[in-house]
Amino acid sequence: MPQKSDLPQGTLDLLILKIIALGPVHGYAIAQRLEQVSRGVVQVPQGSLYPALHRLENRGLLAADWEDTESGREAKFYRLTRKGKTQLETEAASWQRLIDAVGLVLKLSEGGAE
Amino acid sequence: MNWWQRLLRRKKMEEQLEKELRFHLEQHANELIAQGYSPDEARRQSRLALGGSEQVKENCRDARGTRWIEDLLQDFRYAIRMLRKQPGFAAVALLTLALGSGATTVMFTVVNGVLLKPLPYTEPERLVAVHGHSDSWNTAVFGQQNVAYLDFLDCQRSSRALEMAGFVYSGGILGEPGVPEYVERREITPELFSVLGVPLLRGRAFLPEEDRPGGAPVIILSYSLWQRRFAGDPRTVGLSVVLDDKNYTVVGITPPRFQLDGEEGDVFTPLGQDTAKYLQNRRAHPVNVVARLRPGVALPQASAELELISRQLTAQYPDSNKGRSFVAIPLRPDVGDVRSTLWLLLGAVGLVLLIACVNVASLLLARAVSRDRELAMRVALGASRGRLVRQCLTESAVLGLSGGALGVLVAEVGFRPFVQLWPGTLPRAEEIQLDGRVLLFALTASLVSGLLFGLAPALRAPVREVEQALRAGGRTLVASSRRLHGGFVISEIALAVVLLVAAGMLGRSLLRLSSLNPGVNTRNVLVTRMALSPAALAHPEGIRAAWQDVLARARRVPGVHSIAAVDTFPMRQGENQLGYWNTPAVPPENQQPLALATSVTPDYLKVMGIPLLKGRFFDDHDRRGSDAVIVIDEVLAQQAFGAEEPVGKRLWIPEMSGPNWSGGNDPLLVVGVVGHVRHWGLARDDQAPVRAQFYYPFAQVPDGALRRWSELMSIAVRTSIAPLMWLTHCGASCAEPLVERPGIKLCMKFALWSSSRVIHWRGSGSSCCSLAFLRPWLCCWRVSAFTACWLT
Repeated sequence: MPQKSDLPQGTLDLLILKIIALGPVHGYAIAQRLEQVSRGVVQVPQGSLYPALHRLENRGLLAADWEDTESGREAKFYRLTRKGKTQLETEAASWQRLIDAVGLVLKLSEGGAE
Repeated sequence: MNWWQRLLRRKKMEEQLEKELRFHLEQHANELIAQGYSPDEARRQSRLALGGSEQVKENCRDARGTRWIEDLLQDFRYAIRMLRKQPGFAAVALLTLALGSGATTVMFTVVNGVLLKPLPYTEPERLVAVHGHSDSWNTAVFGQQNVAYLDFLDCQRSSRALEMAGFVYSGGILGEPGVPEYVERREITPELFSVLGVPLLRGRAFLPEEDRPGGAPVIILSYSLWQRRFAGDPRTVGLSVVLDDKNYTVVGITPPRFQLDGEEGDVFTPLGQDTAKYLQNRRAHPVNVVARLRPGVALPQASAELELISRQLTAQYPDSNKGRSFVAIPLRPDVGDVRSTLWLLLGAVGLVLLIACVNVASLLLARAVSRDRELAMRVALGASRGRLVRQCLTESAVLGLSGGALGVLVAEVGFRPFVQLWPGTLPRAEEIQLDGRVLLFALTASLVSGLLFGLAPALRAPVREVEQALRAGGRTLVASSRRLHGGFVISEIALAVVLLVAAGMLGRSLLRLSSLNPGVNTRNVLVTRMALSPAALAHPEGIRAAWQDVLARARRVPGVHSIAAVDTFPMRQGENQLGYWNTPAVPPENQQPLALATSVTPDYLKVMGIPLLKGRFFDDHDRRGSDAVIVIDEVLAQQAFGAEEPVGKRLWIPEMSGPNWSGGNDPLLVVGVVGHVRHWGLARDDQAPVRAQFYYPFAQVPDGALRRWSELMSIAVRTSIAPLMWLTHCGASCAEPLVERPGIKLCMKFALWSSSRVIHWRGSGSSCCSLAFLRPWLCCWRVSAFTACWLT
């Protein structure tokens, strides 16, 4: 089992937004999806998922409706609002910029060592 | 959803949260069962994966954003419960705070009404006062100069930046209907009410065609005159009244509390109808000018325009307008010298509030020590330090707010007695009331003081050594608390010392003031203002005879010790400063030293109790035709003659010689020296710019000036019984002719006189007795009665 690292600050929101962007989904499904997509590399405590969802809902980035699941049970389905979509785009873009910049710096130091 | 919606739907949200988490756990468990776990094990695993469900819920609640307000409500309820559990503590703390915040709120109510409230006109910030200005005018001594009527008309016509209106002070005798009475009259231009943006209560303002000589005689009554004389009868508009023997038709009533320059006035007449000569003279400057900046115009533009107009007028009328200009300044209420006093008092009661805060803080601290165990228990149960501090602060804020509410109650009942106890009259006293701004101030002050006295106890909420606190049971005072207590006591004593020293100094100057000699003996002296009827004013000999007659008759009223007529009695404001010189080579006007001139009748010294130091005072032989004489006070004697003997010397006073006085350029003969009178008030006289005084006989006032002088004269009476009792006698005889001759009636307005201003007191003689509680505790108090008229 590979060693799990903690999620960098602020990335949980981004991941949640991304997952929900694919279509309306309930909390348990988000938790599963998170575990799948992060391939067990990052540790997402399920306990911190719900406060994050509620926080995003309060900020107006998410909206929620109570709907029936395939198995016929009522569950809270989250979907992205227009505001959430914009937020996702800007955050994804800035995340990408950060990764690029960090990557660039790392390469630079390798080049300097040669 | 807004935060308050979330707050209101709290219960529903709780249910949904519970449901959501349950769904999660069951889904997880089902999945685990499908993988082959036993149901019990599956449920256990799923719960483990989620973490403590209560903790998750707690975090979700935090994420809702309404947490702080829920906590606040909880703390609030808790605080009230704690206060009710300790009624003794609550009573002492609340009483202390009510005192401190009550005093502060009372003072702020007064400051707010007198200093902060804008003038009660529409858009007062766009109103300006226009003053005249000339190089030879000494603004420091005389105050702002007004504007000549013709200059005003020219300015009004030419100005594009200002909408101008003017008014002139005057008086008159309001005859029919009812008892004749002296009334304050304002001659106004027709635009006045529209410039001020004040709609009339009833009727209309003057029309432009009424503002010219021969226009229809129309009059506007003030609200209080309307109430007093016409009992607020709506049919008054259209009625005819007699003012100075002339019929006027009432066309309007002003709204209640309408004031011009801080005074209410009784009647308003069109200025343009007045054919008096001085209005056509550009050298006389009687018109008070108010103006409104037209839309889009700023003050500098208006000033520049006035500058231009004044230059044109100077070119056109070099004789009268050389060196004259006009200045526009923002219109502000004239509150005189109370500004600094009021701020000082507010500062003093602020210190009292601070002391109250420190007191309550130490009470709270003592209580906090006994609550250590409770707080330690909370910490042990997981409360954070921030949470505890918040709880303590909420408790003190509740205390502070309740104290503030009590303070507002104190202010509600307290500010009227305060205003009444103010020596003299507080300017704009009618504006003083509790309003939104006062409530906001009280709220802020009580919240701030609540946080102030709550901070120390809150910050010592325990975080470390919890188990010690739990074990000790909060029975020991730790050293840090003791130090804090010491600090409180020290700061309290320091504050109290500051207040004590200030109060001591006040008391000392009060003592010093009361030991000062005002120069006059005001005990049993009444001053009445009176005017002769227009018929008596027809010719100079008639005027002289009427005054002699009045004095002779009044001398016979029982209880009169002595009586005299005087134009400017001590401490009354009047423009009676004249330049003098002790040689014939009189320097230009603005370099002459000034002295206060007072015209009096011979008994004046006896009435006022002013000592005669040298020579003689006037007698009946000083009249027109005999030598022009004056009597000077010791200050003028010192200034004009130094160590030389002043009696028999002469003074040159340009205003009292030349064409507008005696005709010749004769000097005045000094026949006596009297004691100095502190005309500017006990405290201020020493610093007054013009202190020297001289007296001249009323009998020597030239014929041409007699009519004007008659309007200014007051009668001073020394009574041999208590003056208030004498007034009651007079008041009782008000309705009756005072002297036997039929047709002579005396009616009075009573006034309380202070060093600077007058409280008007209108009513019957009996209402005067209720003034007795305002005993003249300082010499500068005096009772005076404003007489109205004698119909002959």
